[in-house]
Amino acid sequence: MNWKSVIPVAILLATIIAVQGVTHALDKDYYLTQLTMAVYYSMVVIALCLVMGYAGQVSLGHGAFFAVGGYTTAFLTTHSFSPYEGTVWAGWLKQAHVFILKDDLFGNPIMTVTPWAAFTVALALTALVACLIGYPALRLTGHYLAMATLGFGLIVYKIILGTSWLGAADGITNVPSWTLVKGLTVCGKRDARIENYYIACGLVLLLILLLRNLLRSRVGRALQAMHDRETAANTMGINTSAIKLKAFVLSAMVSAVAGVFFTHYTGGIGPSEAGALKSVRYVALTAAGGMTNLWSVAAVSTTINFLSLRDFFGSYDNAVFGGLLIIIISVSPEGPLKPLGHWIRRVSQGRAAAKGVDHGAA
Amino acid sequence: MALLDVQNVHRAFGGVVAVNRASFQVEPGKIKSIIGPNGAGKTTLFNIISGVLASESGRILFKGKNIRGRRPYRIAEAGISRTFQNPSLFLQMSVLENVMVGRHARSRCGFASCCLSWPWQRREERAIREAALAEMAFVGVEAEGHAPAGSLAFGRRRMIELARALATEPELLLLDEPASGLNTRETDDLGELIRRIRDRGITVLLVEHDMALVMDISDEILVLHNGAVLAEGAPAEVQNDPRVISVYLGEDFQHAAAG
Repeated sequence: MNWKSVIPVAILLATIIAVQGVTHALDKDYYLTQLTMAVYYSMVVIALCLVMGYAGQVSLGHGAFFAVGGYTTAFLTTHSFSPYEGTVWAGWLKQAHVFILKDDLFGNPIMTVTPWAAFTVALALTALVACLIGYPALRLTGHYLAMATLGFGLIVYKIILGTSWLGAADGITNVPSWTLVKGLTVCGKRDARIENYYIACGLVLLLILLLRNLLRSRVGRALQAMHDRETAANTMGINTSAIKLKAFVLSAMVSAVAGVFFTHYTGGIGPSEAGALKSVRYVALTAAGGMTNLWSVAAVSTTINFLSLRDFFGSYDNAVFGGLLIIIISVSPEGPLKPLGHWIRRVSQGRAAAKGVDHGAA
Repeated sequence: MALLDVQNVHRAFGGVVAVNRASFQVEPGKIKSIIGPNGAGKTTLFNIISGVLASESGRILFKGKNIRGRRPYRIAEAGISRTFQNPSLFLQMSVLENVMVGRHARSRCGFASCCLSWPWQRREERAIREAALAEMAFVGVEAEGHAPAGSLAFGRRRMIELARALATEPELLLLDEPASGLNTRETDDLGELIRRIRDRGITVLLVEHDMALVMDISDEILVLHNGAVLAEGAPAEVQNDPRVISVYLGEDFQHAAAG
């Protein structure tokens, strides 16, 4: 790893810490709540980069994958499995720390699934669903994935609304906190605000680093080659439909991870997370961030989602949101960070050149 | 045993028969050229062999195994690589990255090990880079490594595409009109390069319109006419075949042969 690849990481880390410092200094720690939520949403947007910017496909179902993750963990960690408590397999699962006994709201002991186990189930379920949707859609060339995922998103939304044990229109609340390791707990408690902000940011940073490794590798080159010229890529030995499917499934799973963390953080999830408008927003943010520039996508999506969550745009939320995206895309189609980088380089080179002239004169 | 044994391959687009029950063989270690007027079905034949298009009948035996109906990436894995009539580089990527893509079939690391950048993944990445650089040196484009592929002149793009095809470690290399768009000197260099490729033990199947080049380097020539095999043999035989002369080559060729 050379120093050039460390710079963006350092800048992002500094920004993360500075934002927390500034909000703390201004006594506006409560901003961190929406910021944390925005960071989880931006994970979905970053995941979409893999599908849109590299595999060259559009997914209108990432909101639904977020919801599949969130609802799976919400259901498993709140639903009472007490009726099965006496069975043999429940005993095994309790031994394996999949089931746990705790008190419900009214102090009655119930048996539910532990968050870690629920997280694993959520990932497996998402991977399965993404395979089922992606397999047929990605064998065809063209934007069949967009249609398939749009349909999937609408179905998930309707299923949630129509299913009483998923809370229907009210969603699921009272999702317990999730202790990742001793000392790190994903929860919405006031005094855990800063801790959770860093958990979310750390997760995004980890995601960006992993994806960056991926995109610089043989798989990343294959994705880019395929995006450019599918036939040529295929004749060079790249199994294009398999790699598209894998990228899509990975992306869906990242969205589900975001959904799981988000749900434990906010303590609940509602059907609007699976709504078509949410998915369209994710796609628009990916485009506005420049699609292939993970840093820029992370910055744009976190900022705009934060402003939107703080109700900064008021009742014109969708209109302002759309307007902002149009402006970003028309002014700087590669994302706002690239021109900024060029500008910084120009200024610094200009200074260096000016210095050189000075020396020459002296 | 022939390296490639094409048997009764057929492909029609609507009413137009592009390849008409063609059969031929390619012997290992040879340079074989396919010639024929425009529309004779040469490129369609290449597309069928490399799996881009499906044949409606027959068999394609490569090293004795039927590869007809396999998808292109599996044919590349089996050891057949190709270039395209219009250089088909990945224009968003650098020259080096283009050639590195050619190593895809000969490397293993998947999504997980690439995400986590395990030590063996980094080792493989280095091996990919070295093999790509070696092929670039072989065709003489090693200086262009970090230039974006889209910034290069046409002739250079052909060479890079050739390096990319060689990077797949083919046993059979299909070259689709590699000399078109090249100037005389570049064409001479190309002929020399194709010979050097054969000398590495790679069998070359060539579609080409430049008759001087074809006659110069080919061990064997196949003449395709309206999708069917018209004649086959050594350059001298084909040159003097009256059917070939009357149907396709015409007077120009007789002059060239005389000269």
